[in-house]
Amino acid sequence: MTSNQVLSEVEFNVVGKRPVRPDGVDKVTGRAQYGGDTNLTGTLQAKVLRSPHPHARIKSIDTSKAESFPGVRAVITAKDLPLASLSKEELGGDYTALKFASDHMMASDKVLFKGHPVAAVAAINAHVAQSAMDLIDVDYEVLDSVVDVREAMKPGATLIHDELRTNDMGETADQPSNIAAHMRYEIGDVTKGFADADLVMEKEFTTATVHQGYIEPHNTTAFWNSDGQLNLWTSTQGSFQVRATVSNILRLPISKVKVTPMEIGGGFGGKITAYLDAICSILSKKTGTPVKALMSRTEVFEASGPAPASWMRVKIGVKNNGTMTAVETEMAMDAGAYPGSPVMQAIVCAFACYDVENGRIDGYDVVVNKPKTAAYRAPGAPQAAFAVESLIDEICLNLKIDPIEFRLLNAAKEGTRRIEGLVARKIGFVECLEAARTHDHYKSKVEKGTGRGVAAGYWPNRGFQSSVVMTVNYDGVVSLIMGSVDIGGTRASIAQQTAETLGIAYEDVKPTVVDTDSIGYTFITGGSRTSFATGLAAISAAEDVKQQMISRAAKIWDASEDDIEFVAGMISHKSDEELKLSFKDLARQTATTGGSISGRSSVDPTGEGNGYAVHIADVAVDTETGKTDVTRFTAIQDAGKAVHPSYVEGQMQGGAVQGIGWALNEEYFFDDTGKMLNSSFLDYRMPTTLDLPMIDTVIVEVANPGHPYGVRGVGEVAICPPMAAVANAVTGVTGHRMNSLPITPGKILEAGWENGKS
Amino acid sequence: MPTVTQVQTTLNGEVVNFLCEPRQSLLECLRDILGMTGTKEGCNDGNCGACTLIMDGRIVNSCLVLGVEAEGKEITTIEGMASPEGLHPLQQSFLENAALQCGICTPGFLLASKGLLDKEPDADEGRIRHWLAGNLCRCTGYDKIVRAVLQVSKAK
Amino acid sequence: MEPFDFLSPSSIDEAVQTLASKGNQARIMAGGTDMLVQMRAGRGTAPFVVDIKDIPELNEVSYDASKGLTLGAAVPCYRIYEDKTLSDAYPGLMDAASLIGGIQIQGRASIGGNICNAAPSGDSIPIVIALGGICNIAGANGTRQLPVEEMCTAPGRNALEEGEFLVSIHFPAPQANSGANYLRFIPRNEMDIAVAGVGSSVQLDASGQNFVSARIALASVAPTPVFAKEAGDSLAGKPVNEDTIQAASELAQSAAKPISDMRGTVRQRTHLIGVLTRRTLNNAIERARGA
Repeated sequence: MTSNQVLSEVEFNVVGKRPVRPDGVDKVTGRAQYGGDTNLTGTLQAKVLRSPHPHARIKSIDTSKAESFPGVRAVITAKDLPLASLSKEELGGDYTALKFASDHMMASDKVLFKGHPVAAVAAINAHVAQSAMDLIDVDYEVLDSVVDVREAMKPGATLIHDELRTNDMGETADQPSNIAAHMRYEIGDVTKGFADADLVMEKEFTTATVHQGYIEPHNTTAFWNSDGQLNLWTSTQGSFQVRATVSNILRLPISKVKVTPMEIGGGFGGKITAYLDAICSILSKKTGTPVKALMSRTEVFEASGPAPASWMRVKIGVKNNGTMTAVETEMAMDAGAYPGSPVMQAIVCAFACYDVENGRIDGYDVVVNKPKTAAYRAPGAPQAAFAVESLIDEICLNLKIDPIEFRLLNAAKEGTRRIEGLVARKIGFVECLEAARTHDHYKSKVEKGTGRGVAAGYWPNRGFQSSVVMTVNYDGVVSLIMGSVDIGGTRASIAQQTAETLGIAYEDVKPTVVDTDSIGYTFITGGSRTSFATGLAAISAAEDVKQQMISRAAKIWDASEDDIEFVAGMISHKSDEELKLSFKDLARQTATTGGSISGRSSVDPTGEGNGYAVHIADVAVDTETGKTDVTRFTAIQDAGKAVHPSYVEGQMQGGAVQGIGWALNEEYFFDDTGKMLNSSFLDYRMPTTLDLPMIDTVIVEVANPGHPYGVRGVGEVAICPPMAAVANAVTGVTGHRMNSLPITPGKILEAGWENGKS
Repeated sequence: MPTVTQVQTTLNGEVVNFLCEPRQSLLECLRDILGMTGTKEGCNDGNCGACTLIMDGRIVNSCLVLGVEAEGKEITTIEGMASPEGLHPLQQSFLENAALQCGICTPGFLLASKGLLDKEPDADEGRIRHWLAGNLCRCTGYDKIVRAVLQVSKAK
Repeated sequence: MEPFDFLSPSSIDEAVQTLASKGNQARIMAGGTDMLVQMRAGRGTAPFVVDIKDIPELNEVSYDASKGLTLGAAVPCYRIYEDKTLSDAYPGLMDAASLIGGIQIQGRASIGGNICNAAPSGDSIPIVIALGGICNIAGANGTRQLPVEEMCTAPGRNALEEGEFLVSIHFPAPQANSGANYLRFIPRNEMDIAVAGVGSSVQLDASGQNFVSARIALASVAPTPVFAKEAGDSLAGKPVNEDTIQAASELAQSAAKPISDMRGTVRQRTHLIGVLTRRTLNNAIERARGA
């Protein structure tokens, strides 16, 4: 019944195969070193005192009792952050951004969310630090708070930042507001488009605050050496990002900060922001010893960066045959305590699946008294997809058109101009829809008491900077050095691309992720960029190696480089058949022909190939209790080329299941003032093994022309379709449109009661 | 200073003595006192299963066991799962089936799965899903984990 | 966590003495699966933790078809559902024991601890009430018995006096033609706190067509688990049919006094009590007829 298919266009020797990951044995034996496993001699443990109030002014902080508690070595507050003593004039243009970053790490004047750090203690162990922390007296003046994104937008709403003024399409507003930014993108003539429609439907949708839910809590160990060098060992998706944040907040030159990325226990976008690093650094400077901090699960929920809650209004006009004539949406996303929600990505992704001539999108970035949101897998896109794909389902029901036929009719293709202005390159959305239509799941009968939902999703994928260095050892094994943190199997996928390019075996490439002093700048692992961009860097570095190997062969054979070729791991003379050396043979001779060979490359590619996905969900509903069960689920996605199909399937399945959780049960419960009530895995209900079926996958491969092996990137888009797919399935059983996430049993019951049938 | 207690326990087949405060969890004792960091902390309140180990034949969350309670017990952690001859069949199966991504939940899943198959060598998919419901994984969607355990199970 | 001393008495007498000497400075620990979480969150910390798992009576499981079951207060859940005799004799108890937490929790958590923890949502309490469980309590003044429905007095509060502890729970021998079932409603399929829960036990006559007696108890719909006596009593002597079951479920609903919180609303919980009472009664009847 269950199956995983790969629809390949092109086969390679190593790319597309399924070797065991290089980090695998260490991870199944407990030997892999995660951030929390760091243990330097004399390490102190830090605990962070956090605000119990979502919005309050700090009147005073008395740390004296904590400081004299036995076993305590240092206590800090925001006064210990360098920004506190710098004036606006001294800092110049970056003041607001830096003040926000510094205050986010530790509040100086106001706390803006429950969990906001106000002080920190370093002590001989975590228990002592905790006890001492409880002795810190903070005098707060509690302020009114604003929690809901729509409430925060209203004129007269409680202001979170006194000086925040809306950036309204480039113009700065006169009056302060919680709306940090308003943006609008438009194409064609929307009024005319709606006038041309036979059917216009419009609905509002909301989604709740959700968390990435990585199992490893945030952690950091800092050691500020007496020579002024600051070393950090941390769990991060971007070691260079941590370096930048810490050097900015602590006013240090970047070369004074070295960040070693440890093995990372999940991130999904949530481990880009550096929460503990500057705090531990200052504590280390004060104590002269290494300082380590590990967040509790409650701290992770309350004080890291969840994904925004959102409100969206979507309007779509169609002809009777299903052709879309106009679309319009307004989307407001809660950024949390500081500006920076992913509403721009929501704008980019909202209608990117469709070829629509007329469209307008308005987006609002809004601050509220909640933790500052962070990236979460395809940030912004899942919320937008939920709203748009739900309304499309409603239209299909209305017009009695098959949902896949509708999407095929309106599908974006190469050359489609999107509302934000970009033109689609070669994409595989139609191929995904075709694979869905012909899939056994879609052709099967829908069981009684079960509904079937279909939805699509889009994520642009990313390029950005990556650096790779590789060294040929004398035994022909290539040491592959990179700055990209491995979060989902990229050591394997980059090693495969290296081996493919060099024509050697996968086992002959040894990948290592290194610290910020040991490799050139490399952007975060995220946005579905690493296998693409770092892959390109590896391919380019491998080409560098190949060229040097040719030079060495030329030297050995006293021939011209032009007469030598490197094909499939063999270096040979084009005209003299006798002259040929395998990669390994030549590697053995590098010592005597000029020394070791190293290839290197730093890239900043722009040829990323956009990602599309189509999901099919069967959901059973117990209409008497509102209980839902996902009984069958199929994820179809264009990977361009799946470098390691098992790991691509893993991304598709993992993304789909996070989406199922987002659809059905995951949400932050806040009280009226913005205090989170369910900050544990018991009450923040992520799916367990028992809540899921096997997740079938179909990898579609429409090669990305921007990559030699056709790689697009796969991590993000898998989380975009599930919410609407599940919602559409529930609607199929209950007859009620579920327009608010999560679709809890309580909401299903209430929808029934409102419609008079319980 | 808080009282410190000496504990003697059998850890992965070896008798081990350590000193701990009564308030320290077995998880803390393993990681911070014995330096055995293979057992992972994910939530510290018994809701994620990352710290699962086997104590006297039962799987438990080591965050909800006090170090002092380990006195006289037999404990198996991830460090004791492979032998000099090679990996445990479950470890091998997790590798072959790509049943891990970030790997932080993997030791807990392996110990929980071992706890199941040691008792019920022919556990089927339904039984495996029920048994592993106390272990959270956020990367895989569980599909490949369940397949990896099924491959080692004698259920056909 | 604040520091504490750890004491593990090996007999009831020693435990009584230990608790008497420490007064309100002591906290009793069985499986610890609730207690350690609470103490780590700064709730209910105490300078002394008294582990009662080394006391033989607290680990006792003795079943006799005529005398019933004595279940030591520290017996972990798995020992109930892995014992075929017990699971056959008290299937309702097995229902609850096999859904508290995950397998890891069931390796440690006990029914006795669940009762003493006195959470309104305590999954084992309704079925223990429905089965007529009696608590055997030891203290400085000797031992006493208390019906389980009188043990929980407020959220997190139990009827134990200072220096007392729960030794065991006694269950009457299962009657002929009897059956029981516990169901809870949770949004996931495991690892959740009941939005509402119902435990029902029934005894039928030899024909299997009439109720002799019934007991129904509820979880998560009041500050403590609720013994819905009237709901159960309404079935005594009545025929088994949809009407009598519906009437009992409505009485159970009126015994429920739920609040609205993040886990559910008043209306949802009241509705669920109706559904779960019907379902547990039907399951209990099926088991009674099958037995």
